[in-house]
Amino acid sequence: MAMKRSGISQFWASILANSIYALGNYPAMMVSMFLTPFSILVVIFFVSHGTLLTVAIEGGLIMTMITSGMSLQTDLSHLKNDFKLQDMVVASPTGAGMYLFGMAISELVYSIPAIVVLAVLAILFTHLTALAWLILIAVMLAMFAFSTCLGFFISTFTSDVMESWAYTSIISTILSALPPVYYPITYIPMPFRYVAYLSPATYAAEIIQGASGFLELSSLSAAADWIVVIAITIIIGFVAVKKSRWREE
Amino acid sequence: MQMLTCKHISKKYEGDGYALRDVNFSVPAAGIFALIGRNGAGKTTLTRILATQLSPTSGSASINGIDVMSGAGSLREIIASVPQEARAINWLTPRQFIFSYLLWRGYGHGDARRKADEAARKLGISRFMDTASRKLSGGTKRKVLVATVMASEASVIFLDEPTTGLDPLSRSELWDTLSRLKKDHFIFLTTHYLEEAERLADRIGILENGRLMALGTLDELRGKVKYPYSIKILSDYSVAKPRKGNMIKGVDGFQQIVTTEDEANRISRELIKKGVRFSMNPLSLDDIFYYIVKKPLEEESYGDEKERY
Repeated sequence: MAMKRSGISQFWASILANSIYALGNYPAMMVSMFLTPFSILVVIFFVSHGTLLTVAIEGGLIMTMITSGMSLQTDLSHLKNDFKLQDMVVASPTGAGMYLFGMAISELVYSIPAIVVLAVLAILFTHLTALAWLILIAVMLAMFAFSTCLGFFISTFTSDVMESWAYTSIISTILSALPPVYYPITYIPMPFRYVAYLSPATYAAEIIQGASGFLELSSLSAAADWIVVIAITIIIGFVAVKKSRWREE
Repeated sequence: MQMLTCKHISKKYEGDGYALRDVNFSVPAAGIFALIGRNGAGKTTLTRILATQLSPTSGSASINGIDVMSGAGSLREIIASVPQEARAINWLTPRQFIFSYLLWRGYGHGDARRKADEAARKLGISRFMDTASRKLSGGTKRKVLVATVMASEASVIFLDEPTTGLDPLSRSELWDTLSRLKKDHFIFLTTHYLEEAERLADRIGILENGRLMALGTLDELRGKVKYPYSIKILSDYSVAKPRKGNMIKGVDGFQQIVTTEDEANRISRELIKKGVRFSMNPLSLDDIFYYIVKKPLEEESYGDEKERY
């Protein structure tokens, strides 16, 4: 008789192995994830004499989500290439979607302290409306889905963790250095502003900055930003599930 | 009877040559099937195809009637794999690793804990269960991986070179484990150690350059060799060339006669009369392997290279 399998167990396995047990052994990992968004936040705060604090807090929340995806890519590459975990999981009843979902959430575990502190700072300093909070959360979730799907997809193609570091560097430039996440896009002079629009994170930042009143955004521009964010998330999600190299060709 | 069947499997890697060429065989899916071959012979490629980790370029395969491509979802319910170079994750203890793996397979927490402990006990690694994997010896690490798949409900287990790099004692311990495991599992094993295949396997396949060169029990493989008996001279004595068969003579004085059973008996009687120390055995898997893959021995031979055995 076939064994009754628990989807919750399969989901929970990734969270345990990739974050909870890892954090128990290496607590420094949480400190590292905590510091990443704050280091830029502090720089922006001092350079802008505090005027960009609110936008930088919102940017920090978005970047925490994006960083999760970049970390996922490195972690999965490491597990796949150095421990052959992906091959072991492929030859088991856990499918690619469940593995991706569990591993993605495991990355979020590392981000919990940063998210909590940034959320408290947002409550104290940004005075967002309920609608703006909803928009902020929706954009954060979209960026999380986008970046983790992208991270998973890339990780299945890497053959070495060194290769994954190269991808991390490229993605980091596109998703965190290029877009004006911690400051308004108007701070970027033309024509360089167009370069920023190559990054999906720019559209996410515009939506948040528009919702929080930091940027004047027409309804049309806001709608266009949403279309880009949703479309790119769906496309990358589809690519991750359908085109990842789960069973190798 | 449950069978493992490969039908004309070929695999060509992009930008590379063929790793497998028209591999075609069928064996009972019971006991241990050992696949032996040199580095790059295609052992890992075939293992990964059968373990649903890699798609073949052409051909098909099935285990217990389930196709490895179209039935991968069903097959993954009954298989488990320890890939070549797999390691227990450094930051986990064996208990955490085995427990996580069983959760991935869909076990509930209680069952996963119980089965992890049970497997550890069977493999004699209970005392290491709460030690970080990075601190374990190579042998214990391999045992952890075997315990991991053994703890699962999988009835078909793929082990790709599980004993590579182990010291002789650890290897022997793992062999004992596999001998016990094969009673209620089908184990697909690849190895470089011919002694391992000889000791453990019910059936052996020899892969060379992507082609299956021979398949069968050890006796059946001996039957494919022209001269299935070997006499090794252990004394400093120069032996005459046999009437049937060949003599292999090494630069260091090593002498081996490969011949028929009758001729081996005749020569052995002569050697006994002359008080020469020798050993007479059916050909070992080493000898058969060298014969089948036609790899020249490094020793100088009196006989024709191709007709050596």
